[in-house]
Amino acid sequence: MSYLPYALAVWLLVVGLYGVVTSRHLVHLVVCLTVCQSSTYVLLLAIGYRKHATAPIFKGIPLGTKATDPVVQALTLTDVVVSVAVLALLLAVAVQVHEREGTLDPEEIPAVRG
Amino acid sequence: MDVLVPLPVALPLLAAAALAAVGPFVPAWFGDFVAGLVSAAVTVVGVVLLTRTGAHDLVYWFGGWRPSHGVALGIAFDVDGAGAALAALAAFLMTATVVFSWRYFDETGPLFYVLLLVFLGSVEGFALSGDLFNLFVFLELMTVAAIALTGYGDEPGPLQGALNFGIVNGFGAFFLLFGIGLLYGRTGALNLAQIGQALSGHRADGLVLVAFLLVTAGFLVKAGVAPFHFWLADAYAVAPAPVCVLYSGVMSDLGLHAVAKVYWPAFSGPLGTHETALRAILVTLGIASALLGGAMAFLQRDLKRMLAFVTIGQIGIALVGIGLLTARSLAGTTLYVVSDGLVRGSLLLVVGVLVRRLRTGDELRARGRGLPASGIVFAAGALAIAGLPPAGSFFGRALIVEGATGGYRWLPIALTVSSILSGAALLRAAGRISLGWGSDEEPVLGEEHPAEEEEPPHPPRGSLVVMIGAAAALLVVGVGLPAWPGLPGKAEAAALRSLDRPAHAAEVLEGRPPPHEPTSAPSPSTTSIVASLASAAGAVGLAALALFGGLGVLRRAPIRRLKALHSGIVTDYVTWLTVGTAALGAVFVLTLR
Repeated sequence: MSYLPYALAVWLLVVGLYGVVTSRHLVHLVVCLTVCQSSTYVLLLAIGYRKHATAPIFKGIPLGTKATDPVVQALTLTDVVVSVAVLALLLAVAVQVHEREGTLDPEEIPAVRG
Repeated sequence: MDVLVPLPVALPLLAAAALAAVGPFVPAWFGDFVAGLVSAAVTVVGVVLLTRTGAHDLVYWFGGWRPSHGVALGIAFDVDGAGAALAALAAFLMTATVVFSWRYFDETGPLFYVLLLVFLGSVEGFALSGDLFNLFVFLELMTVAAIALTGYGDEPGPLQGALNFGIVNGFGAFFLLFGIGLLYGRTGALNLAQIGQALSGHRADGLVLVAFLLVTAGFLVKAGVAPFHFWLADAYAVAPAPVCVLYSGVMSDLGLHAVAKVYWPAFSGPLGTHETALRAILVTLGIASALLGGAMAFLQRDLKRMLAFVTIGQIGIALVGIGLLTARSLAGTTLYVVSDGLVRGSLLLVVGVLVRRLRTGDELRARGRGLPASGIVFAAGALAIAGLPPAGSFFGRALIVEGATGGYRWLPIALTVSSILSGAALLRAAGRISLGWGSDEEPVLGEEHPAEEEEPPHPPRGSLVVMIGAAAALLVVGVGLPAWPGLPGKAEAAALRSLDRPAHAAEVLEGRPPPHEPTSAPSPSTTSIVASLASAAGAVGLAALALFGGLGVLRRAPIRRLKALHSGIVTDYVTWLTVGTAALGAVFVLTLR
């Protein structure tokens, strides 16, 4: 098993974090958040991958055929659903912010400080 | 009685779905009614579960998928004493919130109650789950409901609190999921007990440490422990007061509880040999939070934000209780978290009364305009926060301190300073608002909250009896909690069982009942009582000093810098989160290998 998928997962997480930290636009920021979330998909799928294995559908294949791990695929699917909900809500709040304040720059939105 | 275990999750979620479906066709009171009924029912179930967890955990396997040969394919709820107590606490606070909201909002659609019910369902699932991935799912569901609830202001406040909440908590959740992925890759398990079995007997290598770091950081973000706490204060300042009750009393407590819930079953095997180092790390984090929360609370003028920092301080004290890694401290933490959560809930409801009646939650603007009844409840709650015996929070804090093993003799001093600061901040506000003491100019406390709006000529009149009644009920239960017969002994027995990892794993995976460990009912020592009296007196003294002496002495550069750190900009907060996690990781790698 190569280390490449794990390196990719870490890379996506770090790049997404960098994007969020330096972001000057809320929509850009939320998209960077989904880049981070993608890193967890890659990680989970990489953990379940097995070389020369088939999809985990145990119908019409001989007993003992190697299959990838179905648990992580279920986890990834759940993760995707959850992230869609979070993404939708954050974008909805961003739209509200733009309507009220006329800006989407995190540093210009009126904030509670101190 | 196994059938009761899934009810706290199933009831609210089903009710939420049904309410969302019939929402447009029912009268306005129907939402309140259904939400109140369901929360009350879940409270009863929670208390029943609590009484049944005396000698063993309640382990429930969904669909009857029990583990065989130590391998758990099914998904479990594992109800221990602390989990049941938090489940009951959450439902009780929710009941008070619903009763309060009935009079608080001018008009709420049924969707507000749908969100509350979804929040309740996810909170209960989080408290009861024994499966790591389900902890993540319930955590995210909680976040989703909470973002919407935070933005549900009836006042035109800044939405930035809701955004900061969602983004920072989103990162907390990714870290958690990343950690879960690593653990699954190593152990092939998601059940906490089974993960622990797979990890025990090995040394903590890099992968286990990174997984532990990411999982812990994810939960600490939710709990609002420094330096992951920034989002919390912003979210409180925006969310409606009844919603803040749930954040303060439920969400932070649960995030913290999850650290204990994951550490002992899953990680205490490989990390057990490094207990001294881990204890030092967690206690340091807790003390930092306790002191920072107390100090920042003292520097606030917005009452909701003040209570947010009080929460951060109190959660820090609770983290110390968990971090000491002894059964006595853990038992104290459970008592402390539950009773203190109730008291903080009560205080936030009083703030809600003020917001409703005076149209402001600002200490200086409300000077001398408070209502006597709310002032009395608020001051009593403030004294309980300061640790005045015999309040439940005093009892819990005393047990935390008494559970400390050698080398932590200075611990009571740090915790007392934090309690004095938090209590003094609240007492100062109570004195200024109810009695009109002090001045209404205090530049150190900063600018007025931008959410404040002009007062309408005729302030709307909510029903005071219902609103103050809900606040007083929470306070009475919170203060009187240790008087519940056998509760301290029960907390200690539950804590002892959580610390015994092999017995717990055998109980979950093989259904073997745990050994009966004789426990004595702990009670605070005379030293603790004297220390707590001193803490309460200190809080009163400091509040009086602040009111009559003014706060001019605090106009110093370090204090300005401390306040400037809380900039309200989400990108700063994510930076803190990243740097904090990296620093914590570096400390882990250096000390826990």
